Amino acid sequence: MTRYLINRILTSIPTLIAISLVVFLILALAPGNPMGEFATNPSITPEVRENIRRSLGLDQPIPIRYLKWVWAFLQGDLGYSFTSRSPVLGLILQRLPTTLWIMGLAYLLAVILAFPLGIISALKRYSILDQIVTTVSFIGFSLPTFFTGLLFIIIFSVQLKWFPFIYNSTLQVTNLQTFWQQIQQSIMPVCVLGFYQAAILMRFIRSSFLEQLNQNYVRTAYSKGLPKLNVINGHILRNALIPVVTLMALEIPGLFAGSLVTEQVFRIPGIGALLIDSIFRSDTPVIMGITMVYAILVVLFNLLADLLYGFLDPRVQY
Amino acid sequence: MKSTQYRMRSLFDSIYLKSYRFSVFVSLISLTLTSCGSSPNSTSTNPSNSNQQPPEKTLKLLYWQAPTILNPHLSTGFKDSEASRITLEPLASFNNQLKLVPFLAAEIPTIENGGIAKDGKSVTWKLKKDVKWSDGKPFTADDVIFTFEFISNPKVGTTTSGTYKIINNIEKIDDHRIKINFKDVTPGWYSVFVGTEGMILPRHIFEAYNGENSRQAPGNLKPVGTGPYRVVEFKPGDVVVYEANPNFREAKLLGFERLELKGGGDATSAARAVLQTGDADYAYNLQVESNILKPLEAGGKGKIVSNFGTLMERILINQTDPNKTTPDGERSSLKFPHPFFSDPKVRQALSLAINREIIANQLYGILGKPTSNFVVNPPQVVSPNTRYEFNLEKAAKLLDEAGWKDTNNNRIRDKNGVEMNIVFQTSVNPLRQKTQEVIKQSLEQLGMKVELKSIDPSVYFSSDPANPDTTERFAADLQLFSTGNTNPDPTSYLKTYTCDDIPQKANNWTGDNVSRYCNPAYDALWEQATTEIDPEKQKQIWIKMNDMLVNNTIVIPLVHRAEVGGVNQNLTGVKLTPWDLTVWNIKDWKKTP
Repeated sequence: MTRYLINRILTSIPTLIAISLVVFLILALAPGNPMGEFATNPSITPEVRENIRRSLGLDQPIPIRYLKWVWAFLQGDLGYSFTSRSPVLGLILQRLPTTLWIMGLAYLLAVILAFPLGIISALKRYSILDQIVTTVSFIGFSLPTFFTGLLFIIIFSVQLKWFPFIYNSTLQVTNLQTFWQQIQQSIMPVCVLGFYQAAILMRFIRSSFLEQLNQNYVRTAYSKGLPKLNVINGHILRNALIPVVTLMALEIPGLFAGSLVTEQVFRIPGIGALLIDSIFRSDTPVIMGITMVYAILVVLFNLLADLLYGFLDPRVQY
Repeated sequence: MKSTQYRMRSLFDSIYLKSYRFSVFVSLISLTLTSCGSSPNSTSTNPSNSNQQPPEKTLKLLYWQAPTILNPHLSTGFKDSEASRITLEPLASFNNQLKLVPFLAAEIPTIENGGIAKDGKSVTWKLKKDVKWSDGKPFTADDVIFTFEFISNPKVGTTTSGTYKIINNIEKIDDHRIKINFKDVTPGWYSVFVGTEGMILPRHIFEAYNGENSRQAPGNLKPVGTGPYRVVEFKPGDVVVYEANPNFREAKLLGFERLELKGGGDATSAARAVLQTGDADYAYNLQVESNILKPLEAGGKGKIVSNFGTLMERILINQTDPNKTTPDGERSSLKFPHPFFSDPKVRQALSLAINREIIANQLYGILGKPTSNFVVNPPQVVSPNTRYEFNLEKAAKLLDEAGWKDTNNNRIRDKNGVEMNIVFQTSVNPLRQKTQEVIKQSLEQLGMKVELKSIDPSVYFSSDPANPDTTERFAADLQLFSTGNTNPDPTSYLKTYTCDDIPQKANNWTGDNVSRYCNPAYDALWEQATTEIDPEKQKQIWIKMNDMLVNNTIVIPLVHRAEVGGVNQNLTGVKLTPWDLTVWNIKDWKKTP
């Protein structure tokens, strides 16, 4: 087990290096370079431009820049943003609570909805309930979130005037009234993201459940005379959960990265919006910072999912 | 001032880059949704939309491009300057009547009061006394001098440094009087410390950061200013919260206790927030097609205000041949004149074949009006001598006269074996692509073959010498974009067409004369304009230069573009000027409940 863990951690190092290298190279070679905005400005003489390049560290060749970035990253220094000239780590930390709040709630909503619905529609396959749930979930994950987001805004903000559609990140939750305001402004994005994830998760749970229902061990359990609930709980659920756990573990890093489009639609100042804006501004340090933290989380949660396998399925040996 | 043209150009194009890439679907969908969802529902005002504070105490500004830094001299876009302008002030600014309004200046320098030197080489400003920074420290001449030192320090790398290159030094006469000595005779003395690029920084905050460490200055993110409101909280890329500045000289007259400048999202929903739902009081720069804006305005919560600045959408004609290559691989080289656009008759025919009315009215709507001038603002400088006309018959006749006829029956005009094949390039932007289509249709009717090309704005406007698709390389026959002068003095804008400014391989493709037009008579006029102190004579020179460009069809002006904002019905005092940022007079903004 320990050996397996060490092995996995060691193999994840080249993966991370590869990811960072690819992202860095793409950013360095992309046409909209970080100096682009400065370059269109003729009041910057070549001499001053060279100065800015030097202060941003862009005068050095790409390999040196990469090594410098890696060295700083290993020391926990994510560098300074090109456009706001403030530390990248600060920018990320400033936005993390909002993203975690919205994405966490959305994910929670997804799990609460998907588990019962998925299991029931698998057990009552082809019943009317199953048909309805299946149809709704198909619609749910076929519609992109920016569309449902706009639809929600039109219906609940513009027409019914129930919720505001501009997220107020300066709101301080101090009493019940402000807490209620916080809930109000979070409902729409949480629902949009939650329903979307619930739809995907529900389909997954349903199919993984169905796969187990026809297995021999289930028939054996039933023929032993076990009550239905026991069979579901003790036998089916445990086996059906294995792929579901993988899926869920892999999606948790997404909580950190936020949602690129939905955050933009609702003006939520989360990590996703930061990433999109930084890409538009060719703000390399911020893009690198977010993608690397995200990559590390993905690798970590992959490992976690594999470890959970062993716990859920004792046949898996490390 | 020259730099602002370019910032403007990149501003508008980054807007389109963003809006096009991200919200082209969003806009389409909102279009369909609003058209079915704009039924009047004005009766109910729901308490859920109310805020902690009573609404008239807080002003909500919505900028769908979010500010990232609050130091205008280190910023690269107007979004940052806008947010900074609420806190920081210049010495003075031009209003839309072209009158200088003093901010930190006690009076406007004139020749009569001795402010402007008779030789045009210096200007003396009197500064207001008893002005305090928002932290209580007094504002003096030292702050203005320091601002110049900060801007012109190459180690700081400010984006406004080019404008201040005309200054030789600044003398401190006393604590509230400064004398700016220019390097040369400078009729445009009002281009420094005035308007958008003229904001004064506090010396005591930035003194320790006048160097390579400028990015670490806390004042970049939490500025101290003399303006009506001061920053309480700033989250880069998201929101700026201001409160009334108790040290402001007219603090009692301010309309609000608190300002919230929220950024992010897209232009269409920003328009909706002001015009339809009233979630925000002011929305900046609504670059939304007018057929989407109009139904939103019917929502009744707000109105659209448009500000015709200096931005002008134009067609640039390549005077050199983009299809011939020099031995060292240079296209559009001065060595090869254009096979047909070097003929004035062909250029004239081209201008006659463009239907400006259709483009302005159908595509731009309230966002623009047709124009025939290169300089479109200030009104005093706009030439009365130019006309535009749409007449395909006349155009065909001119081409026939010039000898361009279809001799080989392939429906394309030719002469001496050269076919009239045109490559027409611009940036990716829905309005520009539609404009291209309209023009292509007329030109093909006329017997030219037109190939349209659209380039990603981040490449097209990048000035990257290594990239062949930039405006400077101009590897096409025609190109379309917009720019203008943000300073009432158009001299540096008119410099665009001087011979020295031609981008070629030899100068690593730097320069703004992308049409590669070279006319010694024009250059001579420009030289004259730079040193002419008599305003009336200078104006005549500018008009003459404008006419030279337009009547010889060196450039084809199409549309004078407006900047559009959304304003709440109950918000008063919003008065836009082309020569400063939209919040320049925010001290006068009031809201009736």
